[in-house]
Amino acid sequence: MDASILTILVFLPVLGAAAMLFVPRGQDELFRWIAAGFTGVQLLFACWVLWAFDRGSSQFQFEVVAAWIPSFNVNYHMGIDGLSMPMVFLTALLSFISIVASWKITKAPRGYFALFLLLDAGMMGVFVSLDFFLFYMFWEVMLLPMYFLIGIWGGPQRQYAAIKFFLYTLFGSVLMLLAMLALYFYSDPHTFNLITLISQAHKIDVMLWGIEMKWLIWFALFIGFAIKVPIFPFHTWLPLAHVEAPTAVSVILAGVLLKMGTYGLLRISYPLLPDQTIVFAVALAVLGVINIIWGAANAIAQVDLKRMVAYSSVSHMGIVLLGMAAVVSVREGGTMAGAQLGMNGAVLQMFNHGIITAALFLLVGVIYDRAHHRYIVYPSDYKDKALRGKLGFGGLAVGLPIFSGFVALVFFAGLGLPALSGFISEAMCFLGGFSTFRTLTIIGTFGILLNAVYFLRAYQRMFMGSPNERWSGLSDMSPREIGMLAPLVIIIIFLGVYPSPALNVISLTMNNLIELVNAASSLAGM
Amino acid sequence: MPNIESLSFFLPELFLTASMVVIILVDVFMGPANRNRVVRQLSLAALAVTAYLLWVQTDPGEAIFFGALAVDPYSRFFKWLFLIATAVIFFVTPYTSQLLKTARHEYYLFLLAVMFGLFLMASAQDLIIIYLSIEIVSIGSFVLAGFLKGDRHSNESSLKYVIYGAFSSGVMLYGLSLLFGLAGSTNLFDVQRALASITGPGDLILVAALLMILVGFGYKISMAPFHFWTPDVYQGAPTTITAYLSVAPKAAGFALALRVLGIAFGDNLQFPADQWFPVGNLAIGTVIALFSGLTMTVGNILAIQQNSVKRMLAYSSVAHAGYMLMAVTILNIQALGAVMFYLAVYLFMNLGAFLVVILVHNKFGYDDIDDWRGLGFKLPLVAVPMGVFLFSLTGLPPTAGFVGKVYLFSVLISSQQFWWLAVLGVLNSVVSLYYYLRIMKVMFLEGEPTGETVSDHPAMTGMILALMVPVLLFGVYWSPLMGWVRASLKIFTPGG
Repeated sequence: MDASILTILVFLPVLGAAAMLFVPRGQDELFRWIAAGFTGVQLLFACWVLWAFDRGSSQFQFEVVAAWIPSFNVNYHMGIDGLSMPMVFLTALLSFISIVASWKITKAPRGYFALFLLLDAGMMGVFVSLDFFLFYMFWEVMLLPMYFLIGIWGGPQRQYAAIKFFLYTLFGSVLMLLAMLALYFYSDPHTFNLITLISQAHKIDVMLWGIEMKWLIWFALFIGFAIKVPIFPFHTWLPLAHVEAPTAVSVILAGVLLKMGTYGLLRISYPLLPDQTIVFAVALAVLGVINIIWGAANAIAQVDLKRMVAYSSVSHMGIVLLGMAAVVSVREGGTMAGAQLGMNGAVLQMFNHGIITAALFLLVGVIYDRAHHRYIVYPSDYKDKALRGKLGFGGLAVGLPIFSGFVALVFFAGLGLPALSGFISEAMCFLGGFSTFRTLTIIGTFGILLNAVYFLRAYQRMFMGSPNERWSGLSDMSPREIGMLAPLVIIIIFLGVYPSPALNVISLTMNNLIELVNAASSLAGM
Repeated sequence: MPNIESLSFFLPELFLTASMVVIILVDVFMGPANRNRVVRQLSLAALAVTAYLLWVQTDPGEAIFFGALAVDPYSRFFKWLFLIATAVIFFVTPYTSQLLKTARHEYYLFLLAVMFGLFLMASAQDLIIIYLSIEIVSIGSFVLAGFLKGDRHSNESSLKYVIYGAFSSGVMLYGLSLLFGLAGSTNLFDVQRALASITGPGDLILVAALLMILVGFGYKISMAPFHFWTPDVYQGAPTTITAYLSVAPKAAGFALALRVLGIAFGDNLQFPADQWFPVGNLAIGTVIALFSGLTMTVGNILAIQQNSVKRMLAYSSVAHAGYMLMAVTILNIQALGAVMFYLAVYLFMNLGAFLVVILVHNKFGYDDIDDWRGLGFKLPLVAVPMGVFLFSLTGLPPTAGFVGKVYLFSVLISSQQFWWLAVLGVLNSVVSLYYYLRIMKVMFLEGEPTGETVSDHPAMTGMILALMVPVLLFGVYWSPLMGWVRASLKIFTPGG
């Protein structure tokens, strides 16, 4: 079981997608149940892995290595540590919930659910791969289903959104391909093994075009990951893709895909090229703060609820970057505790943001399904002249008490209210950042304030005040919708009150990584 | 090896020639009623026997016909590619509506003749045979490109092909004659020995000869700026022939170019070797790198603007020549393997894409990209493989095209040369995604699932699905194909 569990986790959805090929036409009901069944079982396996995961070990667990293409030294190498464990669980959980959220899909359900399962497999593969080639394969495989899911089942501008997403991410990943091959050919013996490369990559001592090769590799990797996060100024694909994608796909996009950028930095860039990481940390912090402020400021300006949530993701991912930059805390006059707070907080924030933003998008989907629009305020160029500039909703709390309760809780989690999960991880990131880059972090904390502005204002405009006659007939959340949000809300509250279980999983690995980055570096002692 | 003894190692080609004669005779004495069918069956049988003869062929250990032809594993690799391509084209021809009104019996004959020429191209190591084989292929192709006699595009295609072909092979012949003048022999190895001993004023002639020969090869593999014939010929020719031209003669062009450059212009006779240096320190690598960068960029940029799918694929085939040329800059054993691997993969994915074009043309009479709207919902069994072929052409995993590209880039990166070309190459991949996605977009993103499907032609669809299998299989497990390529990396060298 131990050795094959990761293989099962990754390829179970592929089996599901294959099974759909044999379902006869017209059995639309069956597609949903197959998809739900396979992702459900995957989630059970993921729960088992979480339970069996040894929190006292910083080694890779459930490791599996098999020769794949010996002549190119490509191995089928998977394993998880405290960095990938939360991501694996997040992927399984959100995939299952997304399938439930897609229950009402009627357009070409076979294709939709089959592609969703392939996407699930690709994401899971990225988080468990320890061979760079395998990692890259999964990284790219994910793009194809995502393109179709946005492009076929998305909103009015879906074609443009899909191709923009695809071109942006491919641009990033082809640079990553060159970096990957360079790492392979500069290591001796040539290897794609991400663990072996830790002791190999920093030995590269070549110049190209007057620049150190290691820096070129670092930047090629960084651009690939930065586009996924997305880090300003590579973020422009994100609002568009999020807004046009169907609800469940937005959940996956924001919940899982964005995490791959920061995951890639922590899994590949940090341990392989520690010198560059240390020098670049300041820039990372600056970019993180820009993301926080820029994302929040943009979110304030949005009249479309989904767009607002999309920009809030940009802001929240900036907090992750700030936490990650704290890895150099000791070097910048801070403490080891500061570095640990920042790095652990970053991973926890990745997980928490995944949960919170998924819940946010699901809630946007709930109201959109009923009202068929999601304007907080109608835009000034809205097709119906009478409605321009008017409130889109108002007083929803009266007619939809359960819904508004959920929204209130998740909004508060989003703006970082204590006792909800977002607070813990954001505080850790800022504390880590504060010990390292004091001025920058002070600027960044204004982002929290801005977050509160748009969440509270949106809540006030949509749910408070006198009920809007137009929307008096809306029904409250159905049991299916409550069912898909309940687990997320439970996690939000649980980790907000008692985050230790999650931190126990993460901390050993991250503390190790901090030591690795600081010690392996030739800059040590400077 | 003397002529008589050589014959036993020349059996596949001999048999091909004999069967062509038989087919001509049968054709003459056969009534017009079932001519097409009988000739096709005879031709398929001839292919099968040729394949068998190729299978049982043994390595002679030395060049045959007094050093004119090399029957080495390298040439045999390419001959299998030609056989596969020809067989696929033979198979789909009766299902191609464009060709239904024409007398197809001659068409099969010309294809066999072209294949014979391709076989020679793969083996040639003598300047005369090199020129002769290229001409055999070209003349057959001219006729085939113009096979739709009543169609003006087809006529234009043929004429353009003739003019460009005549011009570039004339330039090439001049280059070959310079080589002969320098060496006093037509054998590539003698040429190498002569070139290696030249110093001083000979260099200019050497450069001139090299460039002129590159013109000839550039024309065959559609390398920019000698690619101008490609879009018009590809668009006007019958689609089966376009498909054939885009894979088989291109592969033969690469086979021959690699052999000539590697042997005649190398600084020693050992080829392929771990490292390759050009004779007299000529900057061959840099020249090829410039051509490569130009070719892929021109092909991709121009493909973006095309509205005809056939024309778009024509420009894409120019771009792919550019990708493969990336590896030719280094020309060591690894580069040779990468090009051969890519050509094999390219054979499957490009043939597959063109078969889909044929099928769509049959069903709807469309070639314009906008008319492919909603194909994903109307003909899913064809549109999905098309998607696989297009993603493979883009170079996305898990398709064989991705693996092929990784090997091509690996050549540059492991040699640590021409980094700019590698960067240009990956950026070109992103550009190419844009126009491949245009086809994907009209097939899947536009149009609605109406529930109605068009009946797909079972034989054609079967063939398309069969071509998709290797594209996907070699995308996740390519050891068998790479193993075959490595086993074929043995080029005949005298005494070596």
